[in-house]
Amino acid sequence: MLGLDLTAYWATTTIKVLVVLSLIPAGAIILGYVFLLKMMSWMQSRMGPMEAGPRGSLQLVADGVKFMQKEDIFPARADRFVFAAAPIVVLMSTFLLYIVIPAGPRLIVEDLDTGIFFALAVSSLSVLGILMAGWSSANKYSLIGALRAAGQLIAYELPLVLAVVGVVVQAGTMSLQGIVHAQADGEIFGIGLIGNPYILTQFVGFVVFLAAAQAELTQTPFDMPVAESELVAGYMTEYTGFRFLFFFMAEFGTAFAFSAIGATLFLGGWYVPGVEGTLADILGPFVLGAKIMAIAFLIFWIRFSYPRFREDQLQAFAWKYLIPISLVNIVATGILKVVF
Amino acid sequence: MPQIPGLLKGLGVTWKTMWQPAVTVPYPHVKEAPPTRARGVIALKEENCTVCMLCARQCPDWCIYIEGYKDKAPPRREGGKPRTVQKLDRFDIDYSLCMYCGICVEVCPFDALFWSPEFEYSEVKIADLLHDKNKLGEWMETVPEPPPLEAGAEVKKGAKK
Repeated sequence: MLGLDLTAYWATTTIKVLVVLSLIPAGAIILGYVFLLKMMSWMQSRMGPMEAGPRGSLQLVADGVKFMQKEDIFPARADRFVFAAAPIVVLMSTFLLYIVIPAGPRLIVEDLDTGIFFALAVSSLSVLGILMAGWSSANKYSLIGALRAAGQLIAYELPLVLAVVGVVVQAGTMSLQGIVHAQADGEIFGIGLIGNPYILTQFVGFVVFLAAAQAELTQTPFDMPVAESELVAGYMTEYTGFRFLFFFMAEFGTAFAFSAIGATLFLGGWYVPGVEGTLADILGPFVLGAKIMAIAFLIFWIRFSYPRFREDQLQAFAWKYLIPISLVNIVATGILKVVF
Repeated sequence: MPQIPGLLKGLGVTWKTMWQPAVTVPYPHVKEAPPTRARGVIALKEENCTVCMLCARQCPDWCIYIEGYKDKAPPRREGGKPRTVQKLDRFDIDYSLCMYCGICVEVCPFDALFWSPEFEYSEVKIADLLHDKNKLGEWMETVPEPPPLEAGAEVKKGAKK
């Protein structure tokens, strides 16, 4: 085609990078519009944006253009290099998350053997960016926000990993593609009609994963780090223009990626019963998209319904409830895995 | 975990609200019907005004400008002296200053000022927000009928029908 060899290393790499680079803003805009702007408005008996585009659908594009035009301000005593690098580090962590998420039998950037391990590892890179942002802003409230974020993300990293371990034990593989196949081929009590989406057998893990993902994304019941009323967006306070846009995109891009990981781990990923071969390649992204929206709906529904946890409640919830529950879940899964 | 029923109830509230139509009126496309006693704009019934200046003196913002003159009106009874009445030269309300407190409407002893729910009178130039007595008189058409009296209440003696 066009004299280009699309299987060459540089060509596939370029295509993959471009697809992922366009996926982050696209995912952020979809989640931002559908949930943040529209669903939240309906839940508050409002209409949400109605003027930009049909039913306000281009509002976030307009907002993005507005952010680009704004002045790029550095606080007078900021550490300029770190300040500039922080949003890129955060966005990079989001970017790397997309590498291991399968959208079809062959649609995956890189099917790593340790896929889910890699995903959870790079997702914690964002803590580094957040700490850099808070420290370099030379603003005590930003620093408080960043430290809160670090404390929270580290506390909730643990139940997140432990909830995933249950799935890994049951699937017997860490590759996300392998987990999808394990669910597609799985059987519940000998019935393999719909495969075995792990939400059925790993429901406890799913609930823990959802709660921990909510905290990792600093969505509302866990939004101490960005508490609008007391810290004025925490580590993001001093950021303007496109640097703020980076944080916004990273937040919703990560929400999209975490929904995709949740959909892959617990809802069967791109797989629907009865779809095989090339058809699965074509339908896969749409099926995965629908499942992503389902998980994201849960995340944002909880976000819009609950008030904020106090810091001690937040830590107690992770250490006293989520971690013991997920440990018990791992033990039970292991025993059942051996028995059956 | 005694909190769980309450948490689920909270989710139920947002779920139910999501499916109900929004209470928002998308204003420039659909005109909102304000409540009948809404404080939109103040209307002037010029023939009732006696230039007593109570409204101008009570106005916290000093946004009412009144000038008047004495005039002779024909006597009430045959053979009487001509009456002296006060008439308006000027009655302006500067809506760029007005804070819609309604004190002028309250203090007017002769029912010359009324609230109208009309609210669409924004202007490009701030000076155009000074409404003169003709413009204030035109607002009278938009003043709603007073609400009916409560059962058992008497109509004021000598009130003109």
